[in-house]
Amino acid sequence: MSLATAIRDRDVAALPGKRDEDWRWTDLRGLIRVLPDPSQTFVGDAGEGPFDALADDRRVVINGGDALIDVPADGKATVALRFISRGAGSHAAGATITLGANARLHLLESYESDGGSVSQASLTIVLAEGAAVERVVLVQDHEDAVSVSQAAVRLAPKAEYGQTVATSGARRQRLETRVVHPGGHASLRLDGVYLLADKRHSDQTTVVNHESTDGATVQLTKGVVRDQARGVFQGRIVVAEGADRTDARMGHHALILSDRAEVDAKPELEIYADDVACAHGNTVGALDEDALFYARQRGMPEAEARALLTEAFIGEVIDRIWFEDAREVVRAWAAERLRA
Amino acid sequence: MMLNVQNLHASVDGKEILKGLTLEVPAGEVHAIMGPNGAGKSTLSYVLTGRDGYDVTSGSAMLDGEDLLALAPDERAARGVFLSFQYPLEIPGVPALTFIRTALNAQRKARGEAEITAPEFLKLARAKSAELKIDFDMLKRALNVGFSGGEKKRMEILQMAMLSPRFLILDETDSGLDIDALRIVSDGVNALRSPDRGMLVITHYQRLLDYIKPDRVHVLSGGRIVASGGPELAHELEREGYERYEKAA
Repeated sequence: MSLATAIRDRDVAALPGKRDEDWRWTDLRGLIRVLPDPSQTFVGDAGEGPFDALADDRRVVINGGDALIDVPADGKATVALRFISRGAGSHAAGATITLGANARLHLLESYESDGGSVSQASLTIVLAEGAAVERVVLVQDHEDAVSVSQAAVRLAPKAEYGQTVATSGARRQRLETRVVHPGGHASLRLDGVYLLADKRHSDQTTVVNHESTDGATVQLTKGVVRDQARGVFQGRIVVAEGADRTDARMGHHALILSDRAEVDAKPELEIYADDVACAHGNTVGALDEDALFYARQRGMPEAEARALLTEAFIGEVIDRIWFEDAREVVRAWAAERLRA
Repeated sequence: MMLNVQNLHASVDGKEILKGLTLEVPAGEVHAIMGPNGAGKSTLSYVLTGRDGYDVTSGSAMLDGEDLLALAPDERAARGVFLSFQYPLEIPGVPALTFIRTALNAQRKARGEAEITAPEFLKLARAKSAELKIDFDMLKRALNVGFSGGEKKRMEILQMAMLSPRFLILDETDSGLDIDALRIVSDGVNALRSPDRGMLVITHYQRLLDYIKPDRVHVLSGGRIVASGGPELAHELEREGYERYEKAA
């Protein structure tokens, strides 16, 4: 069951839906009765992407297609990778990203759509020993769009991988990352931010498989939902038998700013090893009324006090982005959305 | 009259806490409110600053002839009402400098004044933090997060000094302070005494009033002011306790 298969075979029966445990909060089968026609080939100017100014290599994938990015051993690159959906058709896209030993990559990925498209992107990211990747993903979909992005990441010993996925949601949206973690002093950071308004939906799903000893994972996802929006977080960390000295921390915290907004969260730790340090925390609540009053007593109007406190709440995740210029792009995006 | 509270009744969760409180504080004076636990001291500070959940059922509270109770908390702040909280809030993710500058500029905007420039603001922050013996680097940290009780109280007084309010309410500012911190905080408060400022010092113990000397002392018990007098009243309370007044209430 996958959207990619459904698009390829033009078969709605292949869509994942609420009977699939992993997709119960992101039902595509119930939503899409008929798949739209295949997207047209886009001809014209794609305009500027959010990370263009930061990158020395710019890749654009419009209405389907594939990108190949290879950073050879000891190489260094900053790549802006844009997935664009124009119109209201359906298409699948992909990217294969490989890093040689000790190579370094800033992968600045973005998604844009301008209508009721149905799109899927599959990414494969493979790191060799000692390689380092920071992947920053900014998703700015149209309110009518249905989009799914699925990344499969394979680490190697002593590799370093950091990721922050920031999204404002779509009609229905799934942003998924699956990581094979070999331990061996490789380290993983998997963060997420969702800022959802109106009737938007977004699902951030992650799965990390710790397969051997001495691996570290830190994970922090934060969301702010208002109006009738719905945020979904599913995080699973599996520590295989014998993957001793694994250190894994997962946090998910969400603010619900209206009565009709909703957050569904499923943090899971599956531990089959004996000697591990694993923890998770999950909170969903309203803005702290005491802090709000405190800020207002100091003179901030209610809207400004709320914006300041929610920006600070989200700021904790954004501050963890290593690449400063990308961090500021995401921070500006968040400030704009929270003050809208 | 700067602060003029007449026959104020207020409830929390449907329970009446203030039961006809009358209090007048002229400009230039410092008045102390003393009283036993549960007398309504903190309720008075929250009613005057407009906290949600503190419902005024009758009576009035005016500042310089303007109806305070009709204003939102931030509007009251812009008119110069400042509350030093008994338990200052921790604001994760917001550096103290950012918080104070945002507040100061919001107040200025509400009063139709120009925003403070960044260099002016930093100069002010450096000067005031030095006066209050606060390490300037602390202002770059998230406000009150991980601060000790004494540091939080000093941070309240720093905010007060920087916002330069006209009417100051200090709610149990001495709690959690050692003797050195108490002196620093009191010096900070006394520096703000002026003919056009009024001050309400709410405290359970007389100790603070050795440092911030009041012009008048009021006893709050059972939701009303049951006695008023000069500074000597505070010493009498310290000696004899509140029992007599609790009976009177």
